[in-house]
Amino acid sequence: MIATVSTLAVAITLIVAIPKMPRWDRVKKSFFNGEVLGETFPKLLDAFVLDIKIFLWSVPIILFIAMLVAVTRNSRSPALFPLRILAVVYVDVMRGVPVLLWIYLIGFGVPGLGLERPWNSPLLWGTVALVLTYATYVSEVFRAGIESVHESQRAAARSLGLSNAQTMRHVVLPQAVRRVIPPLMNDMVSLQKDVALVSLIGPIEILRQAGIDKSKFASFTPYVGAAIIFLAITIPMTRTTDWLLERERRRTSGTRVS
Amino acid sequence: MQKVVKSFGANTVLNALDLDIAKGEIVSLIGPSGSGKSTLLRCINLLEPIDDGEIWFGGIDISVPGYDPNPVRRRIGMVFQSYNLFPHMSVMENICLAPVRVLGRKANDTKAQALALLEQFGLADKAKSYPDQLSGGQQQRVAIVRALTIEPEVLLLDEITSALDPELVGEVLDAVRNLRNTGMTVVLATHEMSFAREISDTVCMLDGGVIIEKGSPESIFTNATNPRTRQFLSRVNSR
Repeated sequence: MIATVSTLAVAITLIVAIPKMPRWDRVKKSFFNGEVLGETFPKLLDAFVLDIKIFLWSVPIILFIAMLVAVTRNSRSPALFPLRILAVVYVDVMRGVPVLLWIYLIGFGVPGLGLERPWNSPLLWGTVALVLTYATYVSEVFRAGIESVHESQRAAARSLGLSNAQTMRHVVLPQAVRRVIPPLMNDMVSLQKDVALVSLIGPIEILRQAGIDKSKFASFTPYVGAAIIFLAITIPMTRTTDWLLERERRRTSGTRVS
Repeated sequence: MQKVVKSFGANTVLNALDLDIAKGEIVSLIGPSGSGKSTLLRCINLLEPIDDGEIWFGGIDISVPGYDPNPVRRRIGMVFQSYNLFPHMSVMENICLAPVRVLGRKANDTKAQALALLEQFGLADKAKSYPDQLSGGQQQRVAIVRALTIEPEVLLLDEITSALDPELVGEVLDAVRNLRNTGMTVVLATHEMSFAREISDTVCMLDGGVIIEKGSPESIFTNATNPRTRQFLSRVNSR
């Protein structure tokens, strides 16, 4: 009841206040032009297919590299010390520089080496830059998850005779991954948006298409169209995760504290 | 075990401790908190590397650094004070994990065996439940079943009744009594003096990382010679 009233109050204020702004008419014409939207929207959707493709290629590779790095950093064998160092350096370096900079550096740098087609495509190397950067973010999420599994779980698994690797695979990782699904989805939503950064080195995906249409129609409406398309993907993504988590929680846990 | 030393930093928890355990013997470790009971059990299972001394098991010194702990752990079951069930697995999955993954048993055979054990422990209807849906007592009984399915020669029980309600302690007692008939060697750390007195062949009183007195339950509980043991028992009994 209180929630409804306060929501209503905020909504009414916004609806009344915004059109009172001095330049609302101009903003409305430039950003919310129905005609321009209708004309550019299909092209934006077409361009968005490339975003989706880049995203879908990247995710499995990112998860794989991230898991490998996280498990390596968490290994305890003295023999793996050099690998642990390597993993730390990789994460520190990739994570310490903005994604955009890596896209420029790798996306322009590697094709500059004079590789043959198709290995000289900025699209390919821009995506590689995205994957390598995001893998470090996600590896840190996995690592936090692994470390959150209580030591006693390992003790129980080892006492049953499971090897280190088996303990990791059957006991630690399943719990770790479940726990980090919310932050993981957060990174995936970020990735879905950052895919658009690859456009800055050439490929025509949605953000670049919107830029082209903006100039053509002298209107910012294509950007709003692009924003709508992004939201149409990212919001259901987040809601689905919440729903999956809730279902899992209900399946495995006891009575809920209200 | 001979002259076993275990320290955590400057804190020496086991201080040249000697202990012989015969096959089929049921040994209780009693003593105040921090006396080294749990650490001793963890060292036997090689969960903690020891700093000095030797642990012999079946004619082999298993405490040598670099000795593969997994074959040893397969022959030693352990049950923890806090159950340590795997929360993401059902009761059945918890129980079948080690037999299938470690011993390479067929899943179906293991399931049948697990069901029989669950029945014996009054848990037949809980096979599909998850640990968080069970009471503490039920969880601990599942943990015991889980330790038994690797068919260990030695069972280590680390204060397993500390978290159980009184009604269930009796049930666990019965279970351990049954184990005695199977010739299982059991080492248990406990604060339940009546439990220790009833179940053990030998009782060891630990204090300051050494066994200060060892003997039959009768001699320890009615006729302790060490003043520290008498003091400890009178405090415990006056509760």
